[in-house]
Parts: sequence; C-alpha cells; structure tokens
Amino acid sequence: MHPAYSVILFTTASGAGYGLIFWLSLLGVNGLLPIERWFGVASFGLAFGLITVGLLSSTFHLGHPERAWRAFSQWRSSWLSREGVAAVIAYIPAGLAAIAWVVFEDFSGIWGLMALAGAVMAIVTIICTAMIYASLRTIRQWHNPLVVPVYLSLGLATGALLLLLLMALFGYRTTYLEGPTLLLVGAAMMIKLVYWWKIDREDKTWTIEQATGLSASTQVNQLESPHYQDNYVLREMGYQVARKHAAKLRYYVMIFAFIAPILALGLDLYLDNTLSVVLTIISVASSALGVFIERWLFFAEAQHVVSLYYGESRA
Amino acid sequence: MTSLPASSGGKKLGLVIDLDICVGCHACAVSCKEWNTQGYSAPLSDQNPYGDDPHGAWLNRIHAYEADIEGDRNTVHFPRSCLHCEEPDCVTVCPTGASYKREEDGIVLVNPDTCIGCKLCSWACPYGAREYDYAHGVMKKCTLCVDRIYNENLEEVDRVPACVKACPTGARAFGDLGDDKSEVSKLVKERSGYGLFEEFGYKPVNKYLPPRPRRDKAADGAPVALEPTPASQSTSKADRLFQWADRLLSR
Repeated sequence: MHPAYSVILFTTASGAGYGLIFWLSLLGVNGLLPIERWFGVASFGLAFGLITVGLLSSTFHLGHPERAWRAFSQWRSSWLSREGVAAVIAYIPAGLAAIAWVVFEDFSGIWGLMALAGAVMAIVTIICTAMIYASLRTIRQWHNPLVVPVYLSLGLATGALLLLLLMALFGYRTTYLEGPTLLLVGAAMMIKLVYWWKIDREDKTWTIEQATGLSASTQVNQLESPHYQDNYVLREMGYQVARKHAAKLRYYVMIFAFIAPILALGLDLYLDNTLSVVLTIISVASSALGVFIERWLFFAEAQHVVSLYYGESRA
Repeated sequence: MTSLPASSGGKKLGLVIDLDICVGCHACAVSCKEWNTQGYSAPLSDQNPYGDDPHGAWLNRIHAYEADIEGDRNTVHFPRSCLHCEEPDCVTVCPTGASYKREEDGIVLVNPDTCIGCKLCSWACPYGAREYDYAHGVMKKCTLCVDRIYNENLEEVDRVPACVKACPTGARAFGDLGDDKSEVSKLVKERSGYGLFEEFGYKPVNKYLPPRPRRDKAADGAPVALEPTPASQSTSKADRLFQWADRLLSR
C-alpha cells in the first residue's frame, strides 16, 4: 500500500497527542501530577496541538478537503467516520478538563470526571483509527487482531514519553513515572514483535486462482497486463518500494522506537534525574523517528489482494 | 447512506462475462471509457496523456492469463470491472455516504458531489474495480451505464451498458441476475457461472462463465494439421495445366 505522508503524520502525531491526554487526565485525577497552571498550558497545549495538526494533515490527502465535514455522517457503518466523530467529541471533555487545570488549577470532583471522560475518548479515538485498517479484509497484514493493540500501545508509549519530557523541562522529578514508562515502551515493543512474527508466519491465504476463479487450474500466470503504464490501482495498492528493505527498516524501528528510549530512560533512572532534560529529549526524538518509520512500514509492508490480478501468485 | 439497503428489491442488475468467448480485443474497455467520459460523473480524466507517463481512470480493464483448462494450457482473456456486490465493504467503509448501493436495482454508485476522495473504498475492494480520478478528486467506478440503461432518448436496443453493446463476439451479457428466469440467470446456470473471490462474502452479482475445454480433436473429425492435397490426384484441367507448367519450369 502506498504510504501517504499526511496519514502517517496524522496517525503518529494524533496518537501521541491522545496518549498524552490520557496520561495527563488519568495521573492528574489520581494526584500523581502537579496541577500547576503553566505546566498545564504547555502539556494540554502540546497534546491539542499534536491532535489538531494530525487531524488537519489527514485532510490533505483528500481529493476534496473542503467536503471533509461530510465524513461525520456515516458513523453507523464506517470506522473512518467513527474516528472523525470520536476525535471531535474527545475535544469537549478534554478541553473542559484542560480549562479546569489551567484556569482553576483544580482537577477534583466534576473536573475529574471530565478528565476521565477525555481519557476514555482518547482511547476510543485511537481504537477507531486502528480499526480503519484492521477492518479491511483485503489486506492480510492489516486485518489482524494485533493492529489495534499496536496502535494503542504506541500511542500510549509516545504520549508517556512526551509527559516525561514536559515534566523534565519544568524541573519536576520524573523518577516515579520512568519505571512504568519503561515497561510501557517494552510492552509496545513486544506487541510489535509478535505482530511481525505473526504476519511473517501466516500462510498467504489468497491465490491468483481464487482471484480469477480459474481454480481448477494448477497454475495461473498473467500473460498480459491490461495497461503498460501504472494506473491508480498499481500506484496505490501495488506499492513495493519498502518491501525489499523491510528487514532493515524493522531493525531501525526496533532501535529508534524502542531500544534507544528504553536505554535513555534507564540511564536517567540510574543517574537519578541529573540529566533528565537531555535524556528525555533523546527518548522523545528517537521514538518519534522510530514510530514514523514504523507507520511508514505498516503501509509499505501491506499487500492488497488486488495484486493477484496483476500477476502475484499469492497475497 | 453507506449502510446497505435493508431489503433489496429483488432486482440485481449485472453482467455475465463469458471467458470462453472473450478474445481480449479491449473494445468493451474503450467503449466504456468513451461513454463514461461524457456521461454520469464525467469527465473520466487522463493525466499526461501524450507525455512519458500517461495514466488515467478506466472502469474496465482486460487482463490475459495463462491457465490449464482440463489439461490444455490456454490463454484466458479476462475483463475486470465492478461486480456490483450485494454486500460490499466499499459501500460501508465510505465516511460520507457518497458510495452507495441502489435499492431498486442493486447498482453500486459513487455520488461525485459528496465524495471527498479519501480512497478508502478502493482499499476495501478486492477487485481493484475503483479508480481515483486525479483531476476530479473523486473516486470513479463502473455505473453499469445507469445513464444508458434507463435512457428513453435511446432506442430500446441500445439501452444496455456500453461494454455490452461494443463487444464484437457477444462475450458480455446484461440483465437481471435476481430473476431466475432471465436470460443471464439461465446462462449462469447452464455454464456454472461464478463470482470472483466469493470467499470474501461480498456476494458479487456479476458472473463469469468459465472457459470450456477444447473439443476432442479426433472425435470431432477435425484434421490435426493441414496437409496439401497431392496435386497428381487432381482431375481438373486447370490443375493439370499448372502441373505441366510446374514440370516445365522445374527443368
């Protein structure tokens, strides 16, 4: 599948933004964060900024961005529509919670409930994003039960790393959150590894014989393509650039998205927060790069069954 | 609405494509392009048509495959277009309601005025039947020539999809596959017609008729190879004249 950069930016940026909203809300309600005005301005500002930039960028790949509002209408059947609706609804409780934090420096009672509702909507939105891909039966690598856990764990892990960075920049001690964050990044790594292991081991289900219905034949080959230049179908669904580099790119994902942040946080724990700012900047920058490659690979590794009509023997 | 119609009217308009007859001439594809660049959701644009890398949206594509048909290695010409499935995901994934299935006849259409060009429907289709129009910014697909088949300005004989009208070998038939007594339904029954990728459960309406095995040459009495008739056996005067000329010139 052709990776649209606007969609990669959207899913990674908004994933991290929703992850940050989730942790700010959940930890804030439980008294584990300093409910302080300027820390709130920076944190919620960053989270809403990432989400908003992501949502706007996702409209750039549309043929008609000015009609994007129509996408809120079909939530009964379409995960893309559900995602749009969830993303907009999430702004309301999360926005009210942000106001409570910044204006009243209060996160108790009704404000706490708002924060929790915002946290739930953040999760719901990430799940909807993942389901856009997981619901497509035509792409084996996406129609996989681990796609939702991958999106969720990466969103929550990158959000947690952002939270650590913000706390370090504001001079707060982060030791008590670094252990859980390490575990979270480790869990995301395990889920991604299992996902790759699964899609590599899975039998390629679909064959060119099934695609053409010439199933009595032992072997169907394409003799002639319908056209000698690429068409939309081949440009969009026949993208193969990264498949041959997949092993190398997976290695980079492992290093940047998971191992480097884990090492940086581990070192910060060991040094007892003396170099927090530098180390959390390293972990956030590295994970951003790693998750960006991960998302690019998620598209590039995906093989659509239509490739069978163009001569692939299995998909 | 991108939810599928709750009750289908029973009418399922579609095509039956005979892989035994199709010769791969692309007339259906060309005719389709010609009609649909001026009809519903026109134009059907091309990009860089006279340049190095021309491409454009076509609603019908003709492949050629090599396949075993009962022991013989055969060429199978294979037209590929929208199958107007009864329960397609290309309709339900649409976030705007632009991609829809008509209740009255089962035709799957895209409304070019509400499509946002997100391309998700083309990802959901296993047949590659939808092509994005880069100039128009919306998705294009086979309309089953909805602007021909009900068009009272046309002679009744012309109220069939352009591809069916264009086919010089009669490899394409159009009709109601929801009606057991229709000509197309009978054809499908007689020839064991099938839908593509039935495993997906989209219930494609269009059907393909499989290539027939080659006739047994011996039983048919047809010659295995052409051989020249020995000239000496001929009794015609003209042949004898040519034999004489042949001998004379061969000296």
